[in-house]
Amino acid sequence: MELSGLAFYFVGFLIAGGIYAILCLALNIQWGMGGLFNAGIAGFFAVGAYASAIVTAASSNGKHLGGFALPVPLGLLAAALVAGITGWAVAKVCVRLKSDYLAMASIGIAEILRLVIVNEQWLTNGSLGIANIPRPFEGLVRGREADLLFMAVIWLIVIAVYVLCARLNNSPWGRTLRAIRDNEDSARAVGKDVEWFRLQTFVIGAALMGIAGALSASYFKFLSPAATEPLLVTFLVWVMLMAGGSGNPKGAIAGALLIWGIWSATEIFTNRLPGEWATRSSYVRMLLVGLLLQFVLQRYRQGLIPEKSPKLEFERK
Amino acid sequence: MIEFVNFYLIPAFTLGAIYALGAVGISMIFGILRFAHFAHGDVMTLGAYGTLTAVWLIPLPPLLLLPFGIALAIVATLAVDRMFYRPLRKLATIYTVISSFGVALIFRSLAQLFWGAQNEVYVPGVQRPLVFFDTIRVSALHIEAILIIIVIALTLHVFLTRSRLGRSMRAVSDEPELAAVSGLDTDRVIRWTWIIGASLAAIAGTLAGLDTDVHPNLGWNLLLPMFAASILGGIGKPMGALAGGMVIGLAEELSAYPWLGDGPLISPSYKTAVAFFIMVALLIFKPQGLFKGRLL
Repeated sequence: MELSGLAFYFVGFLIAGGIYAILCLALNIQWGMGGLFNAGIAGFFAVGAYASAIVTAASSNGKHLGGFALPVPLGLLAAALVAGITGWAVAKVCVRLKSDYLAMASIGIAEILRLVIVNEQWLTNGSLGIANIPRPFEGLVRGREADLLFMAVIWLIVIAVYVLCARLNNSPWGRTLRAIRDNEDSARAVGKDVEWFRLQTFVIGAALMGIAGALSASYFKFLSPAATEPLLVTFLVWVMLMAGGSGNPKGAIAGALLIWGIWSATEIFTNRLPGEWATRSSYVRMLLVGLLLQFVLQRYRQGLIPEKSPKLEFERK
Repeated sequence: MIEFVNFYLIPAFTLGAIYALGAVGISMIFGILRFAHFAHGDVMTLGAYGTLTAVWLIPLPPLLLLPFGIALAIVATLAVDRMFYRPLRKLATIYTVISSFGVALIFRSLAQLFWGAQNEVYVPGVQRPLVFFDTIRVSALHIEAILIIIVIALTLHVFLTRSRLGRSMRAVSDEPELAAVSGLDTDRVIRWTWIIGASLAAIAGTLAGLDTDVHPNLGWNLLLPMFAASILGGIGKPMGALAGGMVIGLAEELSAYPWLGDGPLISPSYKTAVAFFIMVALLIFKPQGLFKGRLL
């Protein structure tokens, strides 16, 4: 059975959309639940991608660290660990300060990670990149159907992360986070350790961003510094979450698919324009996304699927 | 020794001047409007392109055409404040931070759209350095940059301590409620904060463009050291931000000097990391900065 071109395109769309959905769910934990502004999403994404690539790629030609050829799940674990530790280091410094400081520091750590990735050839093979990154369950199917399988894997992970988020949202932990986000002083007054909760939030979010990075490296099978273009990833994920509805994991997924749909659809259109106009129109798309964010912030702050606090259930006596 | 002065110290002062001019705006905006302005680097970019356009049209040296860059930056910031920041002012300031993050992207895509993504130079060709006492070689630009920063520092100091407007700005920054209760025109203070911040950013952007070349990421790449500089100087302390910018510029450039052994102390490709580690160290040990700024 050969998939038609359109269906194939759609599978590619859903794979990338799924990866964005994981990023969006991760940001939803940090911002939607915890109220922590992370401007360095691309940094955690990149560090996860590289951690997994180094651990899972089959050969490194002796030019850089790697070639361990470990199974993909271990790669995901490595990605989550390294990204989580990076997030811990940033948050440890900043959680006691106003959110703006965390924003500045997170943009800083993203920049430092980018510098390390570009400059440390022994670790990342510099701009030549790392090739032959495996996908999960590779070899079971061949050809285009392999993408179909990968899409299924991605969306299973999206669902798992979603269930995790929904459970967290309903748990005492999630309630405490929202309490801290909405009124820090009163949360502190009832004895919640505000800094500790924020630290946990940031680390969980960062680890999930690392997993998204690892999956994206598997998808492209090749990883170079260009794949983690800092601003676009960070910015698109922010617009997705704001448009979808921050605080609601369903909204995060809906926003990811919606904005990724708009982004991909306009790309089909602008790619048909002649040379010079095609380059220029990509800036128009960025401009429009920037304006869309402003519109959402002013008129539509709730997003597509607004946050819903879980129902309080009291035991009847 | 002479090599140290020529290739490290004087460029360091130039870089410091660029950071200082940008950091003043960030510090004032943070002090008065209470948010970290992520689009400030891109205001610098717009200023640099404004001057560049004037250079294309009018045959005068770039620094004399600064008013065009300044005008563009002022118009752009006042417009985004009116359209995007003001409607969010009643909410938690973090929403304005997100909005300014989006404005950064808007400014940059506008720059790419109107001026293209390629690198541009103000004046083509290699500029010959001036030579003093047969040993000290300085490019004219570096002298101009240092003169500009001295003039601006003096003007800013007089403005903040002597003029009524400057004093109201400090009042709003230090005690916003008290300032509002005593009848200060907050809107006017905010307007002038943008005007001053944008002007200095445009000057900084043009200087940075003259030092290397003008491209759409010019300002964004300088944002991190400028944040570090404004924290170092103490949020809401413009003069502190000036000093902070100089310190960060010096630290970044001088970290590449071969202090120990033959190689540079820190590889030049990690220059930006110096600013970041200064910022992290400050946030851990002294988040109010060196000059007792606010801790927001």
